[in-house]
Amino acid sequence: MAVTAVAGRRAPRRSSRSKKPFSWTDPSVYFVALLLIATMLAPVVYIILGGFRTNAEITTDPAGLPTTWQTQNYLDVLTGSTFWQQVANSTIVALATTAGVVTLGLMTSFIIARYRFWGRGAMYALFAAGLMFPLTVAITPLYILVKTLGLMNTLPGVILPQIGFGIPLTIIILVPFVRAIPDEIQEAASIDGCSRLGFFWRMVLPLAMPGVITVAILTFIQSWNGYLLPLFILNREETFTLPLGVQAFASEYSVDTAKVLAFTSLSMIPALVFFSLFQRRIVGGLTGAVKG
Amino acid sequence: MSETQHESVRLAPDPTPGLTKVGGDTPVVSPPARRRRRKGIGWAARLEIALMTGPTLIVFLSFVILPVAMAAYYGFFSWQGYGPAEDFVGLRNYLLIFEDSTFIDALRHNGIIVVLSLLLQGPAAILLALLLNRQMRGQTLIRVLVFIPYVIAEVVVGTGWSLMLHGEGVVNAVLGKIGLGWLQNDWLADPKIAIWTLMGILTWKYIGFAVILFLAGLQGIPEELTEAAAIDGASYWQIQRRITLPLLGPTIRIWAFLSMIGALQLFDLVYIIWGQYVAATAGTSTMATYMVANGRNAGEYGYGNAVAVVLFFISLFAALLYQRFILRRDTEGAITGGRR
Repeated sequence: MAVTAVAGRRAPRRSSRSKKPFSWTDPSVYFVALLLIATMLAPVVYIILGGFRTNAEITTDPAGLPTTWQTQNYLDVLTGSTFWQQVANSTIVALATTAGVVTLGLMTSFIIARYRFWGRGAMYALFAAGLMFPLTVAITPLYILVKTLGLMNTLPGVILPQIGFGIPLTIIILVPFVRAIPDEIQEAASIDGCSRLGFFWRMVLPLAMPGVITVAILTFIQSWNGYLLPLFILNREETFTLPLGVQAFASEYSVDTAKVLAFTSLSMIPALVFFSLFQRRIVGGLTGAVKG
Repeated sequence: MSETQHESVRLAPDPTPGLTKVGGDTPVVSPPARRRRRKGIGWAARLEIALMTGPTLIVFLSFVILPVAMAAYYGFFSWQGYGPAEDFVGLRNYLLIFEDSTFIDALRHNGIIVVLSLLLQGPAAILLALLLNRQMRGQTLIRVLVFIPYVIAEVVVGTGWSLMLHGEGVVNAVLGKIGLGWLQNDWLADPKIAIWTLMGILTWKYIGFAVILFLAGLQGIPEELTEAAAIDGASYWQIQRRITLPLLGPTIRIWAFLSMIGALQLFDLVYIIWGQYVAATAGTSTMATYMVANGRNAGEYGYGNAVAVVLFFISLFAALLYQRFILRRDTEGAITGGRR
């Protein structure tokens, strides 16, 4: 595929360089783009379409299209209570985690970026080192800790550790944002009678918004998709989040492939909708983070 | 500036002073009496620092640092996960780990995954980012679509791909239909192929993240530079090689770092697709799946924690090497303590 990309790229450059250096309308470019989209989307489309088929169809002709468009699989999932219960659980967990990570992360980033005090560098290093601690390393003791706190099979038992593990990346992304706000703005604000905290609310919060939104989206998606932590903490079916639900469903109905596919495709819709609403912000936010 | 430098040099050797202060609510504020006059930090500022970093530190220390420390502690015990850990075995767990060929295999798989992730995803993602950075119809749509696999849960990806890749799955069926029957394989179980299958799924899932990151980096490159070079007669590829790539360097190095750490800690996809037993025989087991299989699932929590510690030190070692030799000029201060 890379080879096609190369070939497709050279031709239009040579012909149009002198006039419009960056115009690029060669059909082969669109061909490469289409190929790319097809590769990225084919599995997703297969999962969604598979939900509209019958098991017999899937077994005899795995690669075919639905002939009769069975909606029964989807209706079964949507009218059952487990799916909605799991959607609710996942939503609560993801929203609470995001709110916690953003609030704590932004406040701490503000302090690290804007205050000079003993231990500031060390504090930043501590959080940055947190990037090295994967959830995987800590999972067994975390399970014991959550059990000791009496939070087993509760959503806070998942939310609190997720906030903890979300903080390092948040701080790494947000500190450059807050630091990039020119000192002159702060001086001007303070001349106008704005306290440091007022500056935080009135200037830092709006100016760091692109970074905040990036962090919020990444945290939300990560929490929504989280698997290992819920696997250890949530053992009762009524507390399951969607990923656990998908797996439980897949093993419970392992012979009913079509239904599994229906359940699976329904479970990815919320994250997809959420992402497409905010995708522009993600690119914008990452630009700031990387340049910072 | 020289002030800051002096301060950071002094702090650098002790990167985790908060460790000893678990549970304290104002860990950062107390020391600076000596500096107060010179720096002009008043009590109000100190209160602000305490209030705005205290909760973060509490959550971070108790749910990240404390469990990691606990893992280090339990790693020295033979412990089944209940009651107090009493059977102190010293370094025996660690010796067992490195004598176990299954672990060495898993470690080797991790190494392969790290290298192949960089080699497969890096160049492809750079080319795609260059492609998507051009003015073209449907650009926004394509960007969204490329990122979609990254947004989908590992469980969904794993469930979906294992349904598609098994012997009678859709992948083999399509290959048969388009006359490539000789390419049909047991994608998941054949030890010669499974790791490449895994790499394919990983590339599919995570390349969108690299592309978005690189796109963000490309947008930060001033157009004047490439325009000037074009006026001077540089070809498209000369411009990319001499101007775009060097300026994209910091972004690429950060991505490579994230990719490396992610590959070392890979768990979800392998565990979901292959499960704990098949992963080892199919040649896709990682240190993390080894840890869960031989720790929690085997009821040997002490041993599992020792594996976690080994995994951590290998990641840390790789990260520090990378920081020291490659990343240093980009993320000044991320690990070395705010040096500017």
